[in-house]
Amino acid sequence: MARRLKSVGLLLIMSLVLVLAACSSASKEGNASTGEGGGGSSGDKLVIGFSQVGAESEWRTANTESIKSAITDAGHELKFSDAQQKQENQIKAIRSFIAQKVDAIVFSPVVETGFETVLKEAKDAGIPVFLADRAVDIEDDSLWVTFLGSDFVEEGRKAANWLAEEMEGVEGDINIVELQGTVGSAPAIDRKEGFEEVMAEHPNFKIIKSQSGDFTRAKGKEVMEAFLKSEGENIDVLYSHNDDMAIGAIQAIEEYGLKPGEDIKVIGVDAVKGAFEAMAAGKMNVTVECNPLFGPQLVDLIEAHAAGETLEKRISVKESIYTMDQAEELLPTRKY
Amino acid sequence: MLKSRLFWPILVLVIILAINLFVDPGFFKVEVKNGHLTGSLVDIVNRGAPLILISIGMTLVIATKGIDLGVGSVVAMSGAMAAMTIGQSMASDTSLTPLFIAIAAALGLSLAAGLWNGLLVSRIGIQPIVATLILMVAGRGIAQLITNGQITTIYYEPYSFIGGGYLLTIPFSVYLVAAVLAIALFMTKKTALGLFIQSVGSNPEASRLAGINSKNIILLVYVFSGFCAGVGGLILSSNVASADGNNAGLWFELDAILAVVIGGTSLMGGRFFLMGSVIGALIIQSLTTTIYSIGIPPETNLLVKAIVVIIVCLLQSSEFRQKVLRPRTRKPLKKEPENSSNEQEVKIS
Repeated sequence: MARRLKSVGLLLIMSLVLVLAACSSASKEGNASTGEGGGGSSGDKLVIGFSQVGAESEWRTANTESIKSAITDAGHELKFSDAQQKQENQIKAIRSFIAQKVDAIVFSPVVETGFETVLKEAKDAGIPVFLADRAVDIEDDSLWVTFLGSDFVEEGRKAANWLAEEMEGVEGDINIVELQGTVGSAPAIDRKEGFEEVMAEHPNFKIIKSQSGDFTRAKGKEVMEAFLKSEGENIDVLYSHNDDMAIGAIQAIEEYGLKPGEDIKVIGVDAVKGAFEAMAAGKMNVTVECNPLFGPQLVDLIEAHAAGETLEKRISVKESIYTMDQAEELLPTRKY
Repeated sequence: MLKSRLFWPILVLVIILAINLFVDPGFFKVEVKNGHLTGSLVDIVNRGAPLILISIGMTLVIATKGIDLGVGSVVAMSGAMAAMTIGQSMASDTSLTPLFIAIAAALGLSLAAGLWNGLLVSRIGIQPIVATLILMVAGRGIAQLITNGQITTIYYEPYSFIGGGYLLTIPFSVYLVAAVLAIALFMTKKTALGLFIQSVGSNPEASRLAGINSKNIILLVYVFSGFCAGVGGLILSSNVASADGNNAGLWFELDAILAVVIGGTSLMGGRFFLMGSVIGALIIQSLTTTIYSIGIPPETNLLVKAIVVIIVCLLQSSEFRQKVLRPRTRKPLKKEPENSSNEQEVKIS
């Protein structure tokens, strides 16, 4: 009996730990969602409802912060709701925005489908809807004003254009290895497409190996190791669909005995902090920005729409490209 | 030799490696570069180290008719814990204290996770697949909580020795695998523990009546599995000098179960083959490395893997081998009377 009691006690302690863990994460999200109101009100103060996907990555967190602060900084009133990756939360949030008669709804859909009904309700109530970062798969495009998000194809083109400039005047073949993102994901497909589109104009650019690294450091390193073993010194350029894989691959290149950034040029996408650290250390050449900080641009669009301007259905986020020599200077300013 | 359980897995491993020989003659080249042994074969063992470790732990769990779905999450938790304890130790920090604290914390958490699984299964009596499913889901959450849901980079140099360092030209992770394998082999072959595990896997109730403390045996294998996953997690996170609560060890539990099955251990418990599981894990890793180095398009990776796994599993089935691979011995059997054909089959199987 005593033994049973002991083990039950142990279990209780363990479950308590789990519950506590759950609590602390919940309170964190709770904090994030209390961003209502505030800011000096100007003449045409708008009430804007914003339904975010969740907080699954640094990128997303930076995105949330940017949109929230852009709205309040512009003097508008913010109603924020975190969907925590659940569509029903998001539909509920949009319905409550409609009931509160907000002036505009911003949302990043959790999934592409299933929003017809609630968007129709918004349209009937005369509330304009702005899609941020993610699109919906609905035929009737009158249900939303515009979709503001990154253009992954353009990111691929930018990467290839940088390479074309860098390699101008170099005779002979340039052997490129490519680390693709997760098979079938939109960024992987589009970044590949954009890169290949530009490559077609440069017949001496050759992709000699291309493989998926699942957007992770560990896989990026493992795949790069295999590439190096089979191609070795032939590799001139690494094009990685995100920075994390590039960081893993840089380790593989160093362990193989080559100098990343010199012997093998390294191109990444996303412009996360780790990429700036690698570039500042001279191990990475360039990263194409995939910008989550489009809050101000979004607020401009909402204000333009309120002023009666007509907007394009698809607007790309303003994004730039960062090279090695800018890295050291910009590193302290990177937010994500 | 043909009768050995290891024959077919080894044959498949040799075939996979041989395919590389035709595509890339340099595949088998192993050379010493900067005092490190390098080459694709070294990569396979080095990258396969976490999976081999986890498969060793998984083999013993499966031998008790259990299953541990939580190992992938324990890998993530272990790496996250190490990253958190090392925290802000800088690259310039050369003292080894943070390293040992990190290892102790990571392994402590992994052992606790194994203990949790073991208690749920052995004391509370929850079915293993359900009990360990809890940790599979919750563990990844805990790992994300520890890392704040972000990829934590570790700048502290000594930490990268575990998964990326070399001792006497050989990757350090290989020594870790060898040590854990040696412990497991010693405990199961040279002590009665191996027999106890088989006995509990075949019939826990009968084993208990025979005087074996079944509950503690079951508890022990889950704790050991947690430990193996913890070491695997350290290797994995140390190798890339970062902890990724989201992706580290993702789907490792399934790869480990596959490795155990390829190695010839039955999911029904009882007899188990540690070396078989090691070879199974090597097959999976060789296949992955082969896919990368011979340039199979990423869209078809999973298909290629599936085909190889099906072939291995079919080869492992003695019934299948009898029906397909030796049609000549089957034909004359048919003509003979019923009785003798039965006798023949019993002998072969």
